[in-house]
Amino acid sequence: MAKRLVPIKPVYGLGAVSAALILLLTLGTLAAVVTRAEGVSALRPADWAALRFTLWQAFLSASLSVLLAVPVARALARRQFFGRSALVTLLGAPFILPVIVAVLGLLAVFGRSGILSTMLGWVGLPPVHIYGLHGVVLAHVFFNIPLATRLILQGWLAIPAERFRLAASLGFDNADIQRVLEWPMLRAVVPGIFMVIFLLCMTSFAVVLALGGGPKATTLELAIYQAFRFDFDLGKAALLAVIQFGLCAVVAVIAWRVATPAGMGAGLDRTVERWDTSNPVLRAQDFTVLVFAKLFLLTPLVVIFLKGAGAVWTLPDVVWWSAFRSVLVALGSAALAISLALSLALLAVKLGQKRTAGFVEGFGYLTIAASPLVVGTGLFIMIFPFARPSDLALPVTAIVNAAMSLPFALRALSPALRDIENDFGRLADSLGLSGWSRMRLLILPRMRRPLGFAAGLAAALSMGDLGVIALFADPESATLPLQMFRLMTAYRMGDAAGAALVLLALSLCLFWVFDRGGRVDADT
Amino acid sequence: MKYPLIAAGLCAASMAAAEAPVLTVYAPDYFASEWGPGPGIEAGFEERCACDLQFITGDVLPRLLLEGERTEADAVIGLNTDVTLKARESGLFGTHGQDTSGLTLPIEWSDDVFLPFDWSYLSFVYDNTKLENPPTSFEALLEMPDDVKIVIQDPRSSISGLGLLLWVKSVYGDDAENAWTRLAPKILTVTKGWSEAYGMFTDGEADMVLSFTTSPAYHIIAEEDLTKSAAIFDEGHYVLVELAGKIATTDQPELADSFMEYVLSEEFQSMIPTSNWSYPAQLDAEKLPAQFLQLGTPEKAIFLSEQEANDVRDGALEEWRNALSQ
Amino acid sequence: MLTLERLEIVQDDFCLTADLSVPTGARVAVIGPSGAGKSTLLAAIAGFLKPGSGKILWDGVDLADLPPGERPLSLLFQDNNLFPHLSAAENVGLGLRSDLRLSSSQKEAVSNTLERVGLKGFGNRKPAALSGGQIARVALARMILRQKPLVLLDEPFGALGPALKGEMLTLLADLLDETGATLLMVSHDPDDAVRISSQTILVAEGIAHPPIDTATLFANPPDALKRYLG
Repeated sequence: MAKRLVPIKPVYGLGAVSAALILLLTLGTLAAVVTRAEGVSALRPADWAALRFTLWQAFLSASLSVLLAVPVARALARRQFFGRSALVTLLGAPFILPVIVAVLGLLAVFGRSGILSTMLGWVGLPPVHIYGLHGVVLAHVFFNIPLATRLILQGWLAIPAERFRLAASLGFDNADIQRVLEWPMLRAVVPGIFMVIFLLCMTSFAVVLALGGGPKATTLELAIYQAFRFDFDLGKAALLAVIQFGLCAVVAVIAWRVATPAGMGAGLDRTVERWDTSNPVLRAQDFTVLVFAKLFLLTPLVVIFLKGAGAVWTLPDVVWWSAFRSVLVALGSAALAISLALSLALLAVKLGQKRTAGFVEGFGYLTIAASPLVVGTGLFIMIFPFARPSDLALPVTAIVNAAMSLPFALRALSPALRDIENDFGRLADSLGLSGWSRMRLLILPRMRRPLGFAAGLAAALSMGDLGVIALFADPESATLPLQMFRLMTAYRMGDAAGAALVLLALSLCLFWVFDRGGRVDADT
Repeated sequence: MKYPLIAAGLCAASMAAAEAPVLTVYAPDYFASEWGPGPGIEAGFEERCACDLQFITGDVLPRLLLEGERTEADAVIGLNTDVTLKARESGLFGTHGQDTSGLTLPIEWSDDVFLPFDWSYLSFVYDNTKLENPPTSFEALLEMPDDVKIVIQDPRSSISGLGLLLWVKSVYGDDAENAWTRLAPKILTVTKGWSEAYGMFTDGEADMVLSFTTSPAYHIIAEEDLTKSAAIFDEGHYVLVELAGKIATTDQPELADSFMEYVLSEEFQSMIPTSNWSYPAQLDAEKLPAQFLQLGTPEKAIFLSEQEANDVRDGALEEWRNALSQ
Repeated sequence: MLTLERLEIVQDDFCLTADLSVPTGARVAVIGPSGAGKSTLLAAIAGFLKPGSGKILWDGVDLADLPPGERPLSLLFQDNNLFPHLSAAENVGLGLRSDLRLSSSQKEAVSNTLERVGLKGFGNRKPAALSGGQIARVALARMILRQKPLVLLDEPFGALGPALKGEMLTLLADLLDETGATLLMVSHDPDDAVRISSQTILVAEGIAHPPIDTATLFANPPDALKRYLG
């Protein structure tokens, strides 16, 4: 391939800066922790048990999330109904919920005194026992089905309408379409999604503890926490973090081998007209799938709403102030996530088709694999010699949150950017459209949808994330999730439920506003 | 018109703050929060010291150890007895210089580095309208039917969880692993921290939760709810003590000293019961809120010194893990 | 004058050589079988492909170091000549300033030019609201405003019907008369070549032949052209 002659140099420079920042946040913080380690202590049998459990629960959670998401995505892809777009947004809520809120919501449904157990009690059955491996998997599935559904749905919508028209003209029935069109799409899309969820579940911590039922359910992340908090053994924490990175690297390489990267930005309120799915059995099937998905994903949200609704109006002012602060952090974090992802995506496109996939996935996996504890501690070690860490609480929170949503933002932006360069790159070059003008007149307006989606996701994820508060918290500038925790530790469970509702509502609003803003009047 | 006035006010306030010496105190997040004792203590101390007391919140000891001698902390508050050995070994702490003979702790205290400011007994809290025959001893707890469900905290991530580990070890000694095996079927789950566990209890998910004998005081005083009680065991209860300490290298030694003095003052101590929901470390019983006298009180206090706790910790943790992993 | 000096363009296992020159003001058709490398040749001249060896000169100046936007030429593609999210006027305005910060006189120039190509009052429309012929006119309007001495057309009218295409070619000829620009136009339709250009470059079998008189070429076609014409 002959080389393109037109570099947009400043933009690539920014990409390099972003890449450096991500490396600093992930591997750099790890290195910082290592510099403070006093020798490396050996792993105990318990650590190995934790490693096995970590992998096993992540495997189960990712498999089930993907398996269950396929029929949901299929139903959404081929049915048009009133409120579909709102449903797509709402179904995404579990993914952006703070862990503790989601766990209490799940327990209200699946717990011993939850709705399900109560209903079983009416017909004389014993209550469900949610605690254990299956509870952990259930919670992870709850968190990740929305993500999996959204990504798989994107795969479905990426099949051009012309293909379905062609299939219809050839008299294909539903089974033929599955074989010829849908399976190859799933084959291409699913491995990557599986791996992202696998990694997310691997580094999960609080869910596993709350629902795991005991020390059998111990993950690497807990072992890291223990090394920090209780043993103050930085060497051990670093060693465990290295193992975690190593595992993620292996997983990433496998994923890269078997997966073709999937985009996930374009419009989700579009359905492709289908001629093969009017059959009543399929209708009933899709209907049932959607009802169950709604029940599973939305009931805990409704419970959170009901529990919190009474307390919202009497919440102390400080809670509202921290909500305001959280929104600011979320906006900053979203802006930063977009800048990072956009500059990295520009760099990736420059690197060319073949390497783009590996590059994007690589950076995405790197930030998922990073242990928040290691990142927080490493940043603290790096910042402390120069500044008061608590003065930087909010900016650091915004930066770390931005990095954590980077994999999703990158996945949304880089395919869109590739399309723009393919379709309009030469035209822009021939008109001398470069640098900021190219960004302003070509890239930003044409990327509104994926930008809106990515910004919404980053903002919402940032709202719910406690980030690195353990070392950076400043009592005067608590974010909403931290304030919620404070209410809980002060026995004010009712107010905490109110704060949780505010958190849920704000996260959803932020996501909706950005996502919607990207779609309204988008000429794409 | 209003704004210039406000701005002027702000300027004046910040100028005053700039002139006053600053006492930096590291504290756990809950301590300095709006609903913890922090704000009251800050106001009370600033009134007498003509200084600016600033709380820096977070994981107190890990942060201090990371910072080493360059720490800007002048004092810390909110350390637990489980970390004092590590804290002492760091050499960062000076002596508190207070007379500890008047402490109202249920245990002996003669440490000249770490100064207790509050304490409570670990205990299992239950709803007395639902649990008809609460256990009156650890043995009775282990004998309860398996459908009575308990939530505890993980000893690897939570101080109360660790306290329970040491409690069981103290009561059962070599038989601790067996005791955990008997308790295991009743343990609904093990949470990362106290809040999750307590939230599960108040949501009705668990019958009993590992908490403190003073927890019912919150419900009685703040919610006028008398349904929460702490089970009192014949074998005695483990005592958790929270501590303050002065940093040796502080550049405000006098302020730090007067803060230590303030910690044991009656003003400080009387704020503790209804803001930290625990017993003050030095306050006569008659000065406690009346409702505190309704709380169940163990006959016997159990406490392991930092050295003893350190010696048994790893072994006890292993027993706990084995028994609960079955 | 455009000079291709022992130019060699290599793409994977495809290779095209050219050693020719086009005099200033000439209108030259580029024809040849599909896949022969007509578009590739234009892409190289426009600066999108780096030649393997040889030089591309305009009036004796080597263009090698100039990025596409700074070369003395305008290029129209087969499709995607307009940005769909920008209005017709903005698309034209890009020909004056690539950052679109236009002065009022420049804005007037844009609307005059739109009027010149028959699109008075269409300035605020976006491409989705324009017909194929109107889109081509907008692209031509921008080409005029860029005032580049060399115009490269890569079948921009390929998708238009015969009548509309004829109209466009007429408009193009008129515009070239006004500006005196040199034209290189790829086409697979020999009629186009005859219609607008006095000379033709035949691209076939890895070689871009020097331009010769169009009438002569079709009167006495070489073998490669014969095979193509069928």
